[in-house]
Amino acid sequence: MEFREILVIIIGAVFIHNFVLNRFLGICPFVGVSRQIEASLGMAMAVVFVMTLAGAVTWCIDNYLLIPLGVEQFLQTVTFILVIAALVQLVEMFLQKTSPVLYSALGIYLPLITTNCAVMGVALLNIRENHTFLETVIFSASAAVGFGIALVLMAGIRERLELVGLPKPFRGAPIAFIVAALMAIAFMGFAGMKL
Amino acid sequence: MSLDGWNGEMDYTTIAIALAILGGLGALFGIGLGLASRKFAVHVDPRVEKIEEILPAAGCGACGYAGCKRYAEAVVKGEAEVNKCVPGGQATANAIASVLGVESPEVERTVAKIMCHGRRDVAVENFLYSGIADCRAAALLHGGPKGCEYGCLTLGTCARVCPFDAITHLGPGTIPYIDPNKCTSCGVCVKECPVNIIRLVPADAGVHVVCSSRAKGKEVKSVCEIGCIGCGACKKVCPVDAVSLESNLATIIYDTCTECGLCIEKCPTNAIEGLLKEKRAAA
Repeated sequence: MEFREILVIIIGAVFIHNFVLNRFLGICPFVGVSRQIEASLGMAMAVVFVMTLAGAVTWCIDNYLLIPLGVEQFLQTVTFILVIAALVQLVEMFLQKTSPVLYSALGIYLPLITTNCAVMGVALLNIRENHTFLETVIFSASAAVGFGIALVLMAGIRERLELVGLPKPFRGAPIAFIVAALMAIAFMGFAGMKL
Repeated sequence: MSLDGWNGEMDYTTIAIALAILGGLGALFGIGLGLASRKFAVHVDPRVEKIEEILPAAGCGACGYAGCKRYAEAVVKGEAEVNKCVPGGQATANAIASVLGVESPEVERTVAKIMCHGRRDVAVENFLYSGIADCRAAALLHGGPKGCEYGCLTLGTCARVCPFDAITHLGPGTIPYIDPNKCTSCGVCVKECPVNIIRLVPADAGVHVVCSSRAKGKEVKSVCEIGCIGCGACKKVCPVDAVSLESNLATIIYDTCTECGLCIEKCPTNAIEGLLKEKRAAA
């Protein structure tokens, strides 16, 4: 695989088809965990970790179990949910035992990711785009990085919004949605990049 | 197998395969997770949970740890004293001590106090501030509108950050009021105040020098009617040497003060405030 192709996948997943701002996946944590930069960084790292792992594992399950048996059409979604949930549980236990520091940094965010649709989305997109295994890993990681960038940017803006004298009806979630919309519009500019 | 070409017939092999895969995977993950939870089991001291339940769960960090859970862990490990939880006070310290089976040391109750009386009508403001109504934001603009750099910015940031609703702020230009009965001395307002004029003082202390200005007497006079000018009259009149005078600011030494009230009468600028014991008892 050429370096250029890898770059195209990375830039495409991080900026052009940003998971949050272009595909609208993972909106729930995007609004929920974007109050403080510190928390959003923790969440972003946990998502990178889980999405890369989940992308790789679901790709293997699909290619070595579901496709050979001819049931991928209708079992994909259900199986992936099962796999992701089990995986997150396992990772959480593993981290708690082996790396308490990492666990206390990511710990509270890991269970939240179980139900993060961005993880499910990356698993299904890998299959739909007919990625090879290497492409799957790169795409999953960069999609997660794109999610993380959007989340941290949002947290930075919201930390400042706290100090602004906003009209009462706009405080909290409403202004967050407006900001998210403006960010999405800004990210649409990346669609003009020629790769 | 594709659903597009499905002709309505049941394909029992496919159903069997689907059942086998999902059932198999489910069982596999179930057993796997079960084994993993044994292998990766982390021993948690049951006392940590008990202590966490006792703690007020304010997560204020007054104990010096990042949240109640961390403090509970530190207490069980023996790294921290049982009386570090200020919001919980004596009752919490006793409860923790009984869980651990140790003696409970006394908790000295303290409350936060704003060491400034500079309302808008007694303290000069250099300019009219109409920016974000928050002391931290105002302090960024030439240190705020107050003429005195040790003066309360009167925008009530402390009242908004107080996790226990103990601070009342009536609006810009007024000094927020801290209710000593509600204050748990968590120290959040002390940290957030941009001019650092909130102090934690013993709850039973009756006499305070309510000024934080370390400026020279003349400068204080030019910006505030009731600031401490550092004249030392209180120090001279105090019969028990309970006033210290450092860098133009008198401070009451609470351990020695007998609350006789002589300094309150003597102070030329009325910067010393006091509700004496007899009066407090009457009230």
